[in-house]
Amino acid sequence: MSSKLRIMVPVKRAIDFAVKPRVNSAKTGVETAGVKFSINPFDDIAVEEAVKIKEAKKGAVESIHVVSAGSSKAQEVLRQSLAKGCDTSTLIDVGDASVEPLTVAKMLAKLAEEDKSNLIILGKQAIDDDSNHTGQMLAGLLNWPQVTAASKVDINESTGEVTVEHEVDGGFETVSASLPMIITTDLRLNTPRYATLPNIMKAKKKPLKTVKPADLGVDIAGRLETVSVSEPPPRPAGIKVNSVDELIAKLKERGAL
Amino acid sequence: MLRTNFLRTSTRTATRVAAPRLATSQVRFAHIDAEELRDATVAFCQAEIPRELAFEVDRTNTFPHDLWKKFGEAGLLGITAPEKYGGLDAGYLAHCVVLEEISRASGSIGLSYAAHSQLCVNQLTLHANEKQKEKYLAPLVSGDKVGALAMSEAGAGSDVVSMRTRADKVDGGYLLNGTKMWITNGPTADTLVVYAKTDPAAGKSGITAFIVEKGFKGFKVERKLDKFGMRGSDTGELVFEDVFIPEENVLGPLNKGVYVLMKGLDLERLVLSAGPIGLMRAALDETLPYVHTRQQFGKPIAHQQLVQGRLADMYTKFAASRAFVYNTAKDCDNGKVDTKDCAGAILYAAERATEVALDAIQLMGGMGYMNETSPGRILRDAKLYEIGAGTSEIRRMVIGRAFNKEYK
Repeated sequence: MSSKLRIMVPVKRAIDFAVKPRVNSAKTGVETAGVKFSINPFDDIAVEEAVKIKEAKKGAVESIHVVSAGSSKAQEVLRQSLAKGCDTSTLIDVGDASVEPLTVAKMLAKLAEEDKSNLIILGKQAIDDDSNHTGQMLAGLLNWPQVTAASKVDINESTGEVTVEHEVDGGFETVSASLPMIITTDLRLNTPRYATLPNIMKAKKKPLKTVKPADLGVDIAGRLETVSVSEPPPRPAGIKVNSVDELIAKLKERGAL
Repeated sequence: MLRTNFLRTSTRTATRVAAPRLATSQVRFAHIDAEELRDATVAFCQAEIPRELAFEVDRTNTFPHDLWKKFGEAGLLGITAPEKYGGLDAGYLAHCVVLEEISRASGSIGLSYAAHSQLCVNQLTLHANEKQKEKYLAPLVSGDKVGALAMSEAGAGSDVVSMRTRADKVDGGYLLNGTKMWITNGPTADTLVVYAKTDPAAGKSGITAFIVEKGFKGFKVERKLDKFGMRGSDTGELVFEDVFIPEENVLGPLNKGVYVLMKGLDLERLVLSAGPIGLMRAALDETLPYVHTRQQFGKPIAHQQLVQGRLADMYTKFAASRAFVYNTAKDCDNGKVDTKDCAGAILYAAERATEVALDAIQLMGGMGYMNETSPGRILRDAKLYEIGAGTSEIRRMVIGRAFNKEYK
């Protein structure tokens, strides 16, 4: 494979991980007014991985294109990603609408075709809805191989073969695939850098394009109806057991064994 | 009007008192968003100045030397320095915001940061000639060299112009003789701005500023001081014995050093006043979650009126101090440097910070009295701000005299 890597990194602006979310009074969702938002941590890891690949493989990466589907506020997250090392950015302006993973995947698929991306790295899930759908659906739409929850990525840029180690229930599994492909990131893939002030200043000059879903031929109307949102019931107090025998007895009592 | 929102966070991280979004100072710094700098600094501090480090530097009384290069690479050391030398040229409000966040992470690291980036770097930015800037500014901004400023002496603190260190004219330059005391970063600094008497008989009109390098023969660090607070900000006693300073290292006009010094003091006080603001935030960061978690008499102590009252006092002192500091910073960015405001900002913020730190200890009770929580360290760090950069007494005098001058 002789062509260079054109990496796309979709990112989402989500409620900051340190915030304790509360259900809104209408019970239709989480309270977002006055709440701190930042880049979805898994997407931050995706940005870091893309930039690391660019730095490690000099000249092999032609561009890193960071994309976000959100309101105009998502520009903050795009600028931060540009400051960390992405080259160009696109905002898919959906206004204040909440978009479902399939919708996002369709829009990303269209952009990937237009942009001629050959590697898409994104977070495995967003910490607000925890869907863990978008990457997989995108792979399905593009008919590309995918590896999810990656904890290690090795690219052989001359052959186009990618070896990915990812976490599964029983441990680690190593999978290989050829470009073009989708990789979704897990927590242990890397530790994202902080953007330096000079880079933040330079990022203001990097391109940020805005497109509408209609431009991509996608209708953002949802297919899912949220019936209600409520907080999980408070956890009942646990009991202490004094021996392993007692533990086994209790578990049997509850039908767990 | 400034509005803030309190965010509930997981117990893993302390509550952030969310900063109000500030308007950018004015057209001159429109390309800089102070809040963006704040976010970037917070990200840096979370990664490089974690809570454990803040405790460690206090315990060991040692600045983490590798932090300078990290500050430099993050672009934090040249906030007010020209872009030509790697600086951001972002103005004083930006510098205040950055210092506030660093001080919030660690008061002593914040103080050393301020001494380097404001006292030394800013003085060079304002008064050095092109040749001097080319030689000294870039490595200071990149973090390759550490900066300090030396004016105080054991016998010349509040009465700094009575300093006795002399610089006698010799062929090609000056010979520096004397001692300096209380010099932040003194023990490790590579580049120092040193004030000395070139004409002792002329009193305050006989002071000149010089750029001194660590390697100059005859310059010695006598000792690192063992301080009550700000432990982690290396403070030193310096000795100069026949140190030769070449002519080209005279900073600013000969014998006009007092103007360099006094103008520098206004801005030094303004930027340093962000230090106590950061400390007050740190106190609130730790106290708020604690009083809402700690239960006595069947409910969080935060629900008791006397605790609510104290929290309110802590918060309003912090908010009022911050409004004063930020406003003065914006004025300075606009070219309006008012001595009363600069002295007033740090006078007010420093005294409030000590009070807020004491309140934090009180609200956290026994836990607050332990060295394993922050309020004790915050109090010890805060107290210095009532002393350094002009004692509270001097600051009051400065403001009073400014009025006297206006009403002459």
